[in-house]
Amino acid sequence: MRRNGARHLLSMADLDRDDIEQILNLTGSFAEVGERSIPKVPALRGKTIAWLFYEDSTRTRLSFETAARRLSADTMNFSVSSSSVNKGESLRDTIETIAAMGIDGVVVRHRAAGAPQQVADWTDAAVINAGDGWHQHPTQGLLDLYTATSHLGDLDGKHIAIVGDIKHSRVARSNAIGFATMGARVTLVCPPTLLPPSLDGWPVEVTHDLDAVIDELDICYLLRMQLERQKQAVVPTLREYHHEYGLTSARADHLGAEALIMHPGPMNRGVEIAGEVADRPNAVIAEQVANGVSVRMAVLFLLLGAGLEPVDESAVGGGLAVA
Amino acid sequence: MGSIAITNGTLVDGGGTRRADLLIQNGIIAEVGERLDGDTAIDADGLVITPGFVDLQVHFREPGGEEAETIQTGSRGAALGGFTAVIVMPNTTPTIDSAAVVHQIHDLSIDALCEVVPSAAITVDRDGEALSPMAELVRSGVRVFTDDGVGVQNARMMRTALEYASGLSHLADGYEIVLAQHCEVDALAAGGAMHEGDWSSRLGMPGQPAEAEELMIARDVALARLTDGRVHFQHVTTARGVDLIRAAKAEGLKVTGEATPHHLCLDHSAVASFDTVFKVNPPLRTPADVAAIKAGLLDGTLDAIATDHAPHTRQDKERPFLDAPPGMLGVETAFAIANTELDAGIEKLVELLSINPARIAGIDDRHGGPIEAGRPANLALLDLDERWTITGAAMASRSSNTPFEGRSVRGKIRHTIWNGDLVVTNGEATR
Repeated sequence: MRRNGARHLLSMADLDRDDIEQILNLTGSFAEVGERSIPKVPALRGKTIAWLFYEDSTRTRLSFETAARRLSADTMNFSVSSSSVNKGESLRDTIETIAAMGIDGVVVRHRAAGAPQQVADWTDAAVINAGDGWHQHPTQGLLDLYTATSHLGDLDGKHIAIVGDIKHSRVARSNAIGFATMGARVTLVCPPTLLPPSLDGWPVEVTHDLDAVIDELDICYLLRMQLERQKQAVVPTLREYHHEYGLTSARADHLGAEALIMHPGPMNRGVEIAGEVADRPNAVIAEQVANGVSVRMAVLFLLLGAGLEPVDESAVGGGLAVA
Repeated sequence: MGSIAITNGTLVDGGGTRRADLLIQNGIIAEVGERLDGDTAIDADGLVITPGFVDLQVHFREPGGEEAETIQTGSRGAALGGFTAVIVMPNTTPTIDSAAVVHQIHDLSIDALCEVVPSAAITVDRDGEALSPMAELVRSGVRVFTDDGVGVQNARMMRTALEYASGLSHLADGYEIVLAQHCEVDALAAGGAMHEGDWSSRLGMPGQPAEAEELMIARDVALARLTDGRVHFQHVTTARGVDLIRAAKAEGLKVTGEATPHHLCLDHSAVASFDTVFKVNPPLRTPADVAAIKAGLLDGTLDAIATDHAPHTRQDKERPFLDAPPGMLGVETAFAIANTELDAGIEKLVELLSINPARIAGIDDRHGGPIEAGRPANLALLDLDERWTITGAAMASRSSNTPFEGRSVRGKIRHTIWNGDLVVTNGEATR
C-alpha cells in the first residue's frame, strides 16, 4: 500500500511480502489490545473515518467500526440507502461532498469493481477497499493470512485449496494473490462454470476434483455459494454442488489433524460446508471474525496514523514498532 | 458567397496524387488548374487536399440528449476533424424510425457545419419487434438502416429486414439499401462491461466475449448469402470477425465493414485504471485483435474508419465502471489517430475516411470525391506532419470523454470546406 506513494489499500496486488508481514506483525500487537479490560487506545484520536457502504454488509462493517472505535477515531456514516445517491448523484459528487466535511479516511464497499479505485482518484483521503464487486477484498485477505499464520506459522510451501465460486468472488481474488505472495501453493477447486474466463498470470493451480487434493491440504478454504447461482443455471442443483464440491463430513475426515477449515462467512451450512464440519475444532471460522477487528485496526493505523506523526508506543501497546 | 482559390496544394483522391490549384465558386469546384485566382486565396503549400471525410457512425444526441451533445456542437467537431458528412445514429429520443423524425433532424441541422445524414432504425423503437416503415424512410432520404447499439438479435427479423430492404432500390435512385449491424449476441454479452479475457478475470469485471461479436457476424454473413442483401458491419473489433468478413468478401457477398480509431490503438488493459473513459461498446479488445483490425483496414477487408463518436456528460461518466454508459468522443481525433497509428499512406487513408464510407452511405454523388470540376466542393486540407496533443477540454463537443487525453499525435486538419463554404480555417471553426 506504500507503492506509488499511495496511502490506500485497494487490492492485495498492491502489497508485497514485506508489506504483508508488517501488517500481520502490527495485527498481533493490536490483538493484545483487544484482550485488555478496556480495549481502547488513543492512536487515531482526532482522525475522522467515513463509512461509504453502497452494498449491504453487516460483518465487515461492524468489524471496521469496532476497529475504529478501539483506535479512538471519530466516524461518520454515509447511509447510502437514504441519501442523495438514490437520487442519482454521481459517485464523484458523493465522495467530494463527504470529503468537504473533512475526513482522513474512507472505507468503501461497492457492488461495482473498481469503485474504491475511482474514489481514491477523486479524494486526498486514505481509501480502504472493504469489498468491490467481484474484484478485491484486501482486509479479508489479510485477516485470513493472519489467521492461517497464527496456526501454521510460515506459509512457505503450505497448500491451500480455495473451493467454490471463484469467478464471482472478491475473497478468492484477494486470497489467491495474498497466499501466493506469502509462498503458499494455491489450488482453486470449482466447476468450470464458476472459474474466471482466464487465469493468465494467476499464481494458482486448478482442479475440478476436491478429493484429489483433500488429503494433502493445510487449509481448506470454502467460499460462500450464492444461492442464485442455481437459478442462473451455472450449477445444476445445490445438492449436486454439495456432493461434488462441498466439504462433506466424509471429505473433512480426509483432512490432516492440523489442517484448517476456513470460511469468510456467512456460511450456507449444508451447501459449501456440512453443518457438523463447521463446528469441528480445526474450523477457525469464528477466529477469522475476531482477527478481522485486529487486522482492520492495523490497516487503519498504518494508513491514517503512521508516518504522519511520531508513533507513541505506549499509545498502541507494548512491543509495537512502526517504521 | 465569393469564390475561393486554393493554390500550391497537393490533391489526393481516388484518382491518385497530383499538384493543382482549385477554384471554388457557388458551392462547387469550378476549376482545377494552374495559377487560379479567387476572392479568397488559400495558400495550401505543404498541405494535402482530400475529399471531405465521411463518418458512418456518430451520436450527436439530439433530439433527447442535448446536455451531452447537439447537432451544432457535434457537427462543429466533425468539421474540425475534416468531416463534411456524418451519418447520425437513430438512438435518439425519439428514435429515428419515421419520416417525421428524419425531418426533425434536418430542421435541427440548419446551422450545422457539415452534412448531417440521418440513418434510421431497422425496427420500431429499436426493440426488435416490428419493422420500421422502411419505404417511408427511404423516401425521406434514408439510405442506411441500423438498430445501432442493440443489434438485431432475432435472425428471422434480420432476414425479413434484409429481404424487405432489397426491394427499395427504386426509391433510392438505384442505390441498394444497406443494413448496418452492431454485432453482439446479447445472450453472451449482456451484463458485460469490458472484453472478456485475462483483464476482466483479474479485475473481477463481467465480460463480453469476442465470440458474441463473431457469432453475429457469422449469422449475418449467412443471411446476406440467403437474401442477397447488403450488410455493413459496424465497428468490428475481433480478429476472427475480420476473418469472417474477409471470407464473405472473397465469396462475393455484399458485405462491408468498418473499424473505429480507438479499436485500432487501445486494448483492454486500459480498463485496469477503472477510468470510465475506456468503457465503450463493443469493448476494447486484446493487442492481437488490435493488430488484426489494423491488418483488416490495410488489406481492404474493412472498408472504412468510423468514429462511433459517443459523447457523455461528466456526471454520467463519473459513475462506477459497471454503471457508466459506454462511449468515447471521436470526430475531432479520427484523422490524427489513423495517420499516427496506421501504417498507411494518405491515399489509403482517403479511401478509409472518405471514398469508401461515402459509397457505403449512398452519398457518393456529393462526398468522397473525385476532386474535379463540377463536383460539390466538399474538401479537407491537411497538414500530415503537424504534431499536437489531444485535450478533451479543447474540443468543440459539449462532452470531454476522449480516451486519447494527453496523447501526442501527428496530422492536423487545417481547413474544411463544405459545399464551398470555409467552415474551418486555420484549425478554427468559422461558426
